[in-house]
Amino acid sequence: MGLRARRTVFDFLTYTCLILGALIMVGPFVWMVSTAFKTPAAQYSRSLMPDPATWENFQTLWTKLPFATLMVNSFKVALLSTAGQLITCAMGAFVFAVVRFRGREVLFLALLATLMFPPQITLVPNFIIFKAIGLIGTQAPLWVPAFWGGAFGTFLLRQFFLTIPSDLAEAARVDGASLFQIFWKVYLPLAKPALAALAIFTFLWSWNDLLRPLIFLPTDLNQTTLTVGLSLFQTQYGGKWTILMAGALVSMLPMVIVFFLAQRQFIAGIAMSGVKK
Amino acid sequence: MQSGLRPLGRERFWLGVLLLPTIIGLIFGALGSIVATTGLSFLKWDLISPASWNGLDNLLGSFQDDLFLRSIRVTFTFSAMYVPGVIVFSLLVALLLNRQLRGVSIFRTLYFLPSVTSAIAVGLVWSWIYANDNGLLNRLLQSFGLEPVNWLSTRNALTSIVIVNVWGAIGEGAVIFLAGLQAVPREYYEAAQVDGASEWQQFWRITLPLITPSIFFQAIITTTNAFQAFEYVYVLTRSANGSSQIPTMVYSIWQNGFRWFNMGAASAQALVLAALIFAMTGFYFWLQRRWVVYE
Repeated sequence: MGLRARRTVFDFLTYTCLILGALIMVGPFVWMVSTAFKTPAAQYSRSLMPDPATWENFQTLWTKLPFATLMVNSFKVALLSTAGQLITCAMGAFVFAVVRFRGREVLFLALLATLMFPPQITLVPNFIIFKAIGLIGTQAPLWVPAFWGGAFGTFLLRQFFLTIPSDLAEAARVDGASLFQIFWKVYLPLAKPALAALAIFTFLWSWNDLLRPLIFLPTDLNQTTLTVGLSLFQTQYGGKWTILMAGALVSMLPMVIVFFLAQRQFIAGIAMSGVKK
Repeated sequence: MQSGLRPLGRERFWLGVLLLPTIIGLIFGALGSIVATTGLSFLKWDLISPASWNGLDNLLGSFQDDLFLRSIRVTFTFSAMYVPGVIVFSLLVALLLNRQLRGVSIFRTLYFLPSVTSAIAVGLVWSWIYANDNGLLNRLLQSFGLEPVNWLSTRNALTSIVIVNVWGAIGEGAVIFLAGLQAVPREYYEAAQVDGASEWQQFWRITLPLITPSIFFQAIITTTNAFQAFEYVYVLTRSANGSSQIPTMVYSIWQNGFRWFNMGAASAQALVLAALIFAMTGFYFWLQRRWVVYE
């Protein structure tokens, strides 16, 4: 076989494999969307096109179930977590990248060392602390820890800050800028791409997290997040697939939209860090 | 010699302010938690009655506790299927994507989709796919005239859960491998083609050795994730009373700590989990010296 013919065969096989793979990867989502628009009576119909198509399930979510409250709760927790991580990780990262002080290396190593421990190790002590100060039953345990900095975000931003030439900071210094002004006016504005990547990841993790809300807000539908809410519906509405699929679809929509808008940052971020919680 | 700005006079105050969250995080986050978890593992405490000293009984008791022993077995079996599964399939996808044919980036997007959706949303669909009555897979089997399978029975559940987890991790894995593949210098392939090497030989002699750093990295990440598996097990296999027939270690920690409020036992098990992840990472670094090729 000639080189050209071989290449064509190869290309054909590549596309075939990719399309088969895509069917497996996307199939469950397609089925989710299709079912979400079917009437409860037609949930077992084999057709991919809902016939008749209906908004009924979504109306049920909003009128009969506290779905709107769950959405608001998840947004609140995710936004506060994102804000907390951006602010506190940037603060720490700036100090580790730019400021000279005694004990910097030791402190930075201690921070990096925390990456070696599974996050589950913090669950029991955090639960006890939050119980002691009376915050169990509120959303605080879900976002307060985001204001404690953290190795992942601090390291990511520090690496970015290190690429900013130190002349800039020194020039600002000569002009009489304080340390805090250099951080706020020089470094933060330059770090927008890295801050965007961190924001996306923090929001995603918070929005999709199941374990922590399950521990801190396992049953209270007025306080808890979408993920726990869905798991409660799973028990309550077992077998009512049209409602469950509508709920799953709405719950993932914000992240899918952000993903399509910011795909580049997502993929670059994964390739850069390779870390997902 | 350190580089950087030295804080002057009052700026020491700002230095403190900027560092404060990180220091609080070290105390209440991971480092403090290690100490606290170790301390708690010696106690018998349900958070209601006063804590009492339990010595090493929590730790030793864990290794006689059927649930925890089972969770360790489940976690290791899970890892043994999940880690190779993710590495092989995501490498395969990355190799296909790396041929850079027209329209290929759309596939990257589609394969990545499970990585941005929550385990519970996706798990709900999978719970239907795997369901016994009217489950999608069983209906598919029956339409071919085959017998339905109980996908989430005690015997099959672990394999079924691993399949979902691998499915969810392929997109991310492929992105990491793609970065590795694109770093392999083109000249190597050109030289090999001049020498008449087949695609197959090029893969085994050039590609595979040169992406061993990516494989190593991916192995550590996926093993760490495997040891922390919880969500799909929770969504797909928990029964009405909250137990699972295939509990992972995190599942056991969650049950002990936050359903039965055995804080001591949960802490002891969390320590075992951390130790095992530590040991596995160490094992990989030992292996790395033997087979990872750095240019």
